[in-house]
Amino acid sequence: MADTSTPDALSRFEQTIAAEEKIEPRDWMPDKYRLNLLRQISQHAHSEVVGQLPEGNWIGRAPSLRRKAILLAKVQDEAGHGLYLYSAAETLGVAREEMLDDLLSGKAKYASIFNYPTLSWADVGAIGWLVDGAAIVNQISLCRTSYGPYARAMVRICKEESFHQRQGFEIMQTLAAGSADQKAMAQDALNRWWWPSLMMFGPHDAESAHTQQSMQWKIKRQSNDELRQKFVDQTAGQAAHIGLVIPDPELKWNEGRGHYDFGPIDWDEFNRVLAGHGPCNRARLAARRAAHADGEWVRDAMLAHAEKQRARATDAAA
Amino acid sequence: MSSKHLPLWEVFIRSRRGLDHKHIGSLHAADASQAMQSARDTYTRRQEGVSIWVVRSSDIHASQFEDDSAFFDPAADKVYRHPTFYDVPEELKL
Repeated sequence: MADTSTPDALSRFEQTIAAEEKIEPRDWMPDKYRLNLLRQISQHAHSEVVGQLPEGNWIGRAPSLRRKAILLAKVQDEAGHGLYLYSAAETLGVAREEMLDDLLSGKAKYASIFNYPTLSWADVGAIGWLVDGAAIVNQISLCRTSYGPYARAMVRICKEESFHQRQGFEIMQTLAAGSADQKAMAQDALNRWWWPSLMMFGPHDAESAHTQQSMQWKIKRQSNDELRQKFVDQTAGQAAHIGLVIPDPELKWNEGRGHYDFGPIDWDEFNRVLAGHGPCNRARLAARRAAHADGEWVRDAMLAHAEKQRARATDAAA
Repeated sequence: MSSKHLPLWEVFIRSRRGLDHKHIGSLHAADASQAMQSARDTYTRRQEGVSIWVVRSSDIHASQFEDDSAFFDPAADKVYRHPTFYDVPEELKL
């Protein structure tokens, strides 16, 4: 194991990547590889954690016990996924507290889609179907990422995530087959969540700041545009199946390409939300900060309890 | 002759890059570096691994067999956590 940047270490690193083998925590790696991964994995972790908020808004108002139990289980999964990812990021030598500080101070980013509000119950369906659907497309690709701990976290997450998308689709399917009002509610949710879902894949390849280097190091295995296309292709048929209309007049099957064509994305909106001016940016961070502050007595109590147990064990031994 | 016992260590091996370390067995050694060498000699004589972890057995805390049901049962009746709970046409690729 080399600990300095020798030509040997670098060529070994590059050979490992070229051979489709994984880089593991104690291997030597270029600083930029480490930083690039840290940025991506911690952002991913933050997204799982903040992603609990829009759906959490509806746990107390779910329309049935069945839906409520399912939504609770899903939101609990998201918390777990955040933990898997923070753990993977920690193997790169950064303390979890540091990452949390960066999230709470607003320095770190998370998926900008969670800065949109959940206005109706149908939004819970749309999030599961579209937002989790988009996340799965991305995450399946990341199961082949070059960093071992990240790849293993992705495999675990993908296994669990499949039910998230299905429960969302089921909500939409049920509403779309319901009364005119219910169907209109589902259509409205689709209208509002469609474009932000496409934005989840990030800027077009030509404008993406990190894509080229990330692809070279096999941190990312498919480009933003490839993954976005895959998502559009599979979602178009799903919408048609339940009789909802994707809000894009340019969406059309292209026989020659073997893909759906789709209209232009409003990148001004994307950049606005990313810069902190989405409908809920401030509310999301405020909720995270409040949750962290409100949880402090629990963390303190855990430490105090453990300390007391230790003291008792010492007394008993004396 | 020393009357002291050598402490027990648990050995975990990563068989190749990309896979988790997996518990493979245990051995006795006086310290971590001895345990590491013994683990290499005992468990990787045929290139079974590319990385070894050794952990003092006394540092491992295990769930108690008697508590099994109380500990794990809450997960048993939550079938909706599995994708197969939802009836979705195969061709939709959900």
